Amino acid sequence: MEVTASIDKENKTNIWGGGTSPLKASYGKIMMWFFLLSDVFTFSGLLVTYGFLRYSYPAYTGPVSAFKPSMDYWPIPEKIFDAVPFLHGIHLPLLFVGIMTFILILSSVTMVLAVEAGQRMDRNDVTKWMLWTIVGGLAFLGCQAWEWSHFISGTEEGMALSNGVIVHGANLQVNEYGPPLFASLFFFITGFHGTHVASGVFLNAIIFYNVVVGTYDKRGHYEMVEKVGLYWHFVDLVWVFVFTFFYLI
Amino acid sequence: MEQVVSIEVKPVNKKKVRKLWKIAMILGIVTAIEFVMAFTLPRGYLLYAGFIALTLLKAFYIVSEFMHLKYEVKALIWSILLPTIFVIWLIIALLAEGDYILNSLY
Repeated sequence: MEVTASIDKENKTNIWGGGTSPLKASYGKIMMWFFLLSDVFTFSGLLVTYGFLRYSYPAYTGPVSAFKPSMDYWPIPEKIFDAVPFLHGIHLPLLFVGIMTFILILSSVTMVLAVEAGQRMDRNDVTKWMLWTIVGGLAFLGCQAWEWSHFISGTEEGMALSNGVIVHGANLQVNEYGPPLFASLFFFITGFHGTHVASGVFLNAIIFYNVVVGTYDKRGHYEMVEKVGLYWHFVDLVWVFVFTFFYLI
Repeated sequence: MEQVVSIEVKPVNKKKVRKLWKIAMILGIVTAIEFVMAFTLPRGYLLYAGFIALTLLKAFYIVSEFMHLKYEVKALIWSILLPTIFVIWLIIALLAEGDYILNSLY
C-alpha cells in the first residue's frame, strides 16, 4: 500500500494523475454545455434545410411595396408577418415578432439575475427572478400561439391559385403566402423552437418549486439554477438566429 | 440526516447587476437597429451581411456574458467554440453548394 501512496503523491502535479478537474466546472454543467452543442447541430441542420429549400425558388425582384404573394417566388417576410393582436387590419410589419424578441431577451435577463441571486444564496431573490422568467416564457409561448393561429387562419383576401381557387391561411399542403414549403418551414422551425421554450418553462417550473421548498438551501448551492439558466439562454440564442434568418432575411 | 445549515445571504452585487442590465440594453438596441435596417435599406447581400454580423454580435453577448462562457477556463471555451466554428463553416459550404446544385437542376 505504501507504493500506491507514494505514486499518488508523486502524481499530484501530473494532469493525468487524477484529482484535477481541467475544465474547472462541475460534471452537470459540462454535460449541459455538450447537450447544447448537440442542439446547435440540430438547429444548424434546420438552417441549412431552410437555405437549400428557400433558394429552390426565385427571389421576388419587383419593388417591395408592390409585393403580392404568389406560388412562383419566395415571399418577403415583412409583407407576411405584419399583424399585431387587437390592431386588426393595420399593416405593422414585424412589430409583433419584435415584441416577442424583447420578451425573450427580458426573460433571459431575469434568468441571469436569478443565477446571480443563487450565487449569493438569496432564496427570496431567486424565487422572484425565477418566477419572472417563467412568466416571460409563458408570455412568449402565448404570443407564438397567437402568431400560429393567425398564420393558419390567414387574411380575408387570401390568394387565388392558377385554377381560380382562393386559398385562405396555411396548412401543410397549400398556403396563401407563397410556395407550400414556406409554411412547412415556418411550422417546423418556429415549432421546434417553441417546443424548446415549452420544455424550458417546464424545467424552470421544476427548479422554481425546488427553490421555494428550500432544496438548494439544504444542498448548500444553487447550481441547478445555473444549469437550467444555460438552457434558457440557449433558447434565447436560437430565437436570435430564427429572427434573423426567418423574419429579417 | 436532516441537519440545520446556517445560510449566509450575501448582499446584491450592484456592479454585476448593472452590467447585466447594460448588456440587455445592448441586445435591445441592436435588435432595434436591425428593425430600422430592414425598412430603410435596399434588400440585397450587403444588408444580409449586416444582419448576420449583428446577429453574431448578439450571440457573442448572450454566450459570453449571460451563459458566462467568457469566464470559464480556456479548455472549456474552445471545446464549445471549435465544433461551432466547424458547423458554421459547414453551413456556409452547404449553402454555397446548395445554390449550385439547385441552379444546375433548373
